[in-house]
Amino acid sequence: MKIYGVALLAFCFLLGKLIGSLLGQIMQINGDVGGVGFAMLFLILGNAYFKRKGWMVAETQNGILFWSSMYIPIIVAMAATQNVKAALSAGPLALVAGTVATLIAFAFVPLLSKLGNKKEPKKENE
Amino acid sequence: MMELIENLIGKNGLVFGFLLVGLIMLISSWLSKSMTRNKIPGVAIAIIIGLVVAGLGEEKGIASFPIFAGLGLLGGSMLRDFSVVSTAMGADIEKIKAAGLAGVIALFIGVLVAFVMGGIVAFAFGYTDAESITTIGAGACTYIVGPITGAALNASSEVIAISIATGVVKTIITTVSTPLVAKAIGLNNPQSAVVFGGLIGTTSGVAAGLAATDPKLVPYGALTATFYTGLGCLLCPSVFYLILKVFLG
Repeated sequence: MKIYGVALLAFCFLLGKLIGSLLGQIMQINGDVGGVGFAMLFLILGNAYFKRKGWMVAETQNGILFWSSMYIPIIVAMAATQNVKAALSAGPLALVAGTVATLIAFAFVPLLSKLGNKKEPKKENE
Repeated sequence: MMELIENLIGKNGLVFGFLLVGLIMLISSWLSKSMTRNKIPGVAIAIIIGLVVAGLGEEKGIASFPIFAGLGLLGGSMLRDFSVVSTAMGADIEKIKAAGLAGVIALFIGVLVAFVMGGIVAFAFGYTDAESITTIGAGACTYIVGPITGAALNASSEVIAISIATGVVKTIITTVSTPLVAKAIGLNNPQSAVVFGGLIGTTSGVAAGLAATDPKLVPYGALTATFYTGLGCLLCPSVFYLILKVFLG
């Protein structure tokens, strides 16, 4: 049943958020630190465990895949609910600072990506 | 009749949101096919349409209008995070492990670079006190790090507002320009997506930018980006502030 997959996803999500919130509390930040990241790791591990046990039948998997296919529409809705007006009207300082910080960070991507590719010789693949 | 429809939509906002986003997706994939011969992905067009309509509203974008409130729920953090987590099904744990160290380094460099760049711009615009520069530098990390840092340092509300706006600008720039620069910065494999998420850090911008570039990369970028705001909240009001304080007095 699809709901088994959705429930597994919900379990991983809440467990990840719980750990993220606890971490936030320890750091005295009123919020969640890496909750989504922990939840993703749990889902990867849970998926592997279910597969090994033979519980991950196609229907269960489809329950999770439905949500991952909803991801892009949700991002579109998120874009439509951003405070674009404030970003544009806060004056040049915010525009310049936000833009410069982003573009410089882009420039670091190729430098650091090489670190991750240490094992295989770096080759351009599409 | 109008009242009836308004009532109906008010009660079923989320469902109306599904309909609206479905229509936006339909229009944008048609535009992508017919106007750009698939050169600009439909997803990227849809996100840009989203940002444009957001500009019509106030703080909550288009959801500032009650009739579109359902979009706020659909695009809110609960469903966003839920669906981002679900994308982990398509992630390969071996590839994450291979990029793990680079991802952690990217997080630290990402927070530092954003802070320094934001700080320099704040200084160039005439701010000279450590509290304001730190707060605006923190805003250049994400729009959450900015106000948390500003509150911790007792920065003025004007400066906190600028720091939030800086973070929102970053999110929007990331969303729009990621597909444009992806090729030039080699953003085409899981390793570079892990690094990208760590360097940029705005979860919504990284998620949207990668979705518009190549949806397969989303889980890898989201995985590291989710730690960025926490790291920023940890470093900006403490270590970074104290270092700045030494220099500026």
